Amino acid sequence: MVQQRARHAWWRDTKWQAVFYQALVLLALAAVFVWLGHNAVEALARRHVASGFAFLEKTAGFGISQTLIAYTEESSYGQAMWVGLVNTLLVSAVSIVLSTLIGFIVGIGRLSSNWLVAKLCTVYVETLRNIPLLLQVVFWYFGVLQTLPGPRDSLHLGEWIVLNNRGVYVPEVIFQPGSWFVVAALVVALTLSYGLNRWAHSVQLRTGHRPPVWWAIPLLVVGLPTIALYATQVPFALSWPQLAGFSYEGGLQINPELAGLTMALSIYTAAYIAEIVRAGLLSVARGQREAAEALGLKRGLSLRLVLVPQAMRVIIPPLASEYLSLTKNSSLAIAIGYPDLVAVFAGTVLNQTGQAIEILTLTMAIYLTLSLITSALMNLYNRAHALEGFA
Amino acid sequence: MTATAFRAPPVHHVGVLGWLRANLFSSIANSALTILIVALLMWSVPPLLNWAFVSAVWSGTTRAACTDAAGACWPYIWQRMGQIVYGFYDFDERWRPDIVFAAGAFGLAWLMIPRLPRKGWVGIAMLTLYPFVSFLLLAGGEFGLAVVSTERWGGLLLTLVVAAIGIVASLPLGVILALGRRSHLPVVRILSVTFIEVWRGVPMITVLFIASSMLPLFLPEGMQIDKLFRALIAIALFNAAYMAEVVRAGLQSLPRGQLEGASALGLGYWRAMALIVLPQALKIVLPGIVNNMISMFKDTSLVSIIGFFDLLGVIQSGSTDLDWSSPNTAVTGYLFAAAIYWAFCFSMSRYSAKLENDLAAGDRR
Repeated sequence: MVQQRARHAWWRDTKWQAVFYQALVLLALAAVFVWLGHNAVEALARRHVASGFAFLEKTAGFGISQTLIAYTEESSYGQAMWVGLVNTLLVSAVSIVLSTLIGFIVGIGRLSSNWLVAKLCTVYVETLRNIPLLLQVVFWYFGVLQTLPGPRDSLHLGEWIVLNNRGVYVPEVIFQPGSWFVVAALVVALTLSYGLNRWAHSVQLRTGHRPPVWWAIPLLVVGLPTIALYATQVPFALSWPQLAGFSYEGGLQINPELAGLTMALSIYTAAYIAEIVRAGLLSVARGQREAAEALGLKRGLSLRLVLVPQAMRVIIPPLASEYLSLTKNSSLAIAIGYPDLVAVFAGTVLNQTGQAIEILTLTMAIYLTLSLITSALMNLYNRAHALEGFA
Repeated sequence: MTATAFRAPPVHHVGVLGWLRANLFSSIANSALTILIVALLMWSVPPLLNWAFVSAVWSGTTRAACTDAAGACWPYIWQRMGQIVYGFYDFDERWRPDIVFAAGAFGLAWLMIPRLPRKGWVGIAMLTLYPFVSFLLLAGGEFGLAVVSTERWGGLLLTLVVAAIGIVASLPLGVILALGRRSHLPVVRILSVTFIEVWRGVPMITVLFIASSMLPLFLPEGMQIDKLFRALIAIALFNAAYMAEVVRAGLQSLPRGQLEGASALGLGYWRAMALIVLPQALKIVLPGIVNNMISMFKDTSLVSIIGFFDLLGVIQSGSTDLDWSSPNTAVTGYLFAAAIYWAFCFSMSRYSAKLENDLAAGDRR
């Protein structure tokens, strides 16, 4: 039989249709963009607003309540942007650590055999997950931290922590000359103990016997820094928060804005992390737990050695995206005046310069970069830890 | 045959005692934990209940009632109830939102009660007729109804309007984006991926800023879009990106054979999608869709940052109101708003769990 090519008109050919539709989409999109651009150029000319990124070099002229990098009112708008970004990263990093801690405790707690623990953790998750984060942010800030007494009637948590409506004060360690020596000693001790542990582990895997090194690790970690402390005559000082006139001086002051935002972000995100952890633990096959029990592992050990390591494969990817949404959620800072990237740059700077297009584009680009970095790291992790055949 | 006499289980293994032993005091560590938690609850719950009920102020009409109280200030809530529900909507016109609320509740109830018939028609009416009529009623200007500008909409009314529009508009947009992301046409695919990833990579507040301060620049001279509509467009687009990812998960989980089967039957792309693929894919991801709706509902509170008086905005402005300034006013307001948000979100999540259970009936063996 002779194979015959189906003959039909060229406009019925799916290949041509595809090209045609795509060209149509592109053309429509281009038209929309040209129209929008044209409007924007005209609108800017009408309003006499400058365009371009030259404003980044101009003097900002406003102060920022929390600056981790050098910044004064004479600094430029560009520097204000960096200050905001650093503040965003600070509140995100602290909240990520705290929310992970709370989240793991609550997530494991929900699966506890203790009825009271399990119920309490369920109530935690179901309550906090269903209340808007913004409401929680303003609650902690305006409802709790701002209603604390003034400096003269501060609350004291033990001798260490002072609470009042200006913030939270904790003792601060001051590094004096020579302190790097102690820090270096600690790092060396930790590195050595890590190596020792690795070596002991490999010997145990090979021979079944673990070399008796358990006493060496505390000796190293405590001993080396102690020697260094002696040698340098204790190069540290503690600065305590002390009432001086109408406010506290000394110690490390945590602004109420930072404290409130951190509390709200960590407590809220922890509820989501708890669910991720619970789902991860439930995803481990039932036989694994039973086998661990059959081997005589206690519950804590079977969690640590058998269940959690396997659950981590399931937990890590959603956990990373939860961290990312925490970072994005930190932009709610603007509601309580914490000077994060959005509040400083897309708030104050935008209001002063009026250059909405440039500023919002730049702000979005920064958040997008953070997202892209996180997903790139995530892909690397997934490739390294995926089960065979799922890579 | 000799019957073996069954002995009753030991008394500490059954009944209340057995339950306590198994669930609260199974080991020394567990017992310690139980005691610790009971102590913690004893320490924290009674003062909270005391604050909310016993020491709370229940009656009064001015702030004088609350200034010296050591508990919640409920009169503030009763006095402000109108604002909390309707915002600054004209007092004499509040029957209009009432009708919208009632019709919405009726329609939703009809859709959710399994025994009632003609769900398809009711659903279509809720998605087409209802928003249209509601808008006419709320905005006014036709049929002799007085105009109520969107700036006066507020409170729970605004929260529900924003949430409803966000939910209803983002689902179809999300489906289109998800299909676009899996399209064989490279241009369509790249555009969809870019759109989805850009929106998902930025905080919602920046998107709202775009709507409030950047969008007006892109409109021709003389053309103006209402501020609320700008925000609604932004919210719908933002949520569509998240919805698209949920729908994509459903599309990906469907076996290839379904689409091939549809092609073998001679169905074209659109009919195969509409009749074979989407109905199954959407069913699979229904819990994800409802979860998304819950997030959207909570995220509506962000419109208070760009100057709208939604439920949270009204509560926020009330908490700084000098007429009601007392030590407990702000916290009372926040807790009341939290309770409303919680009730909506929690019932949605329960309904989703029930739906998931019902839909899985066919897969159970």
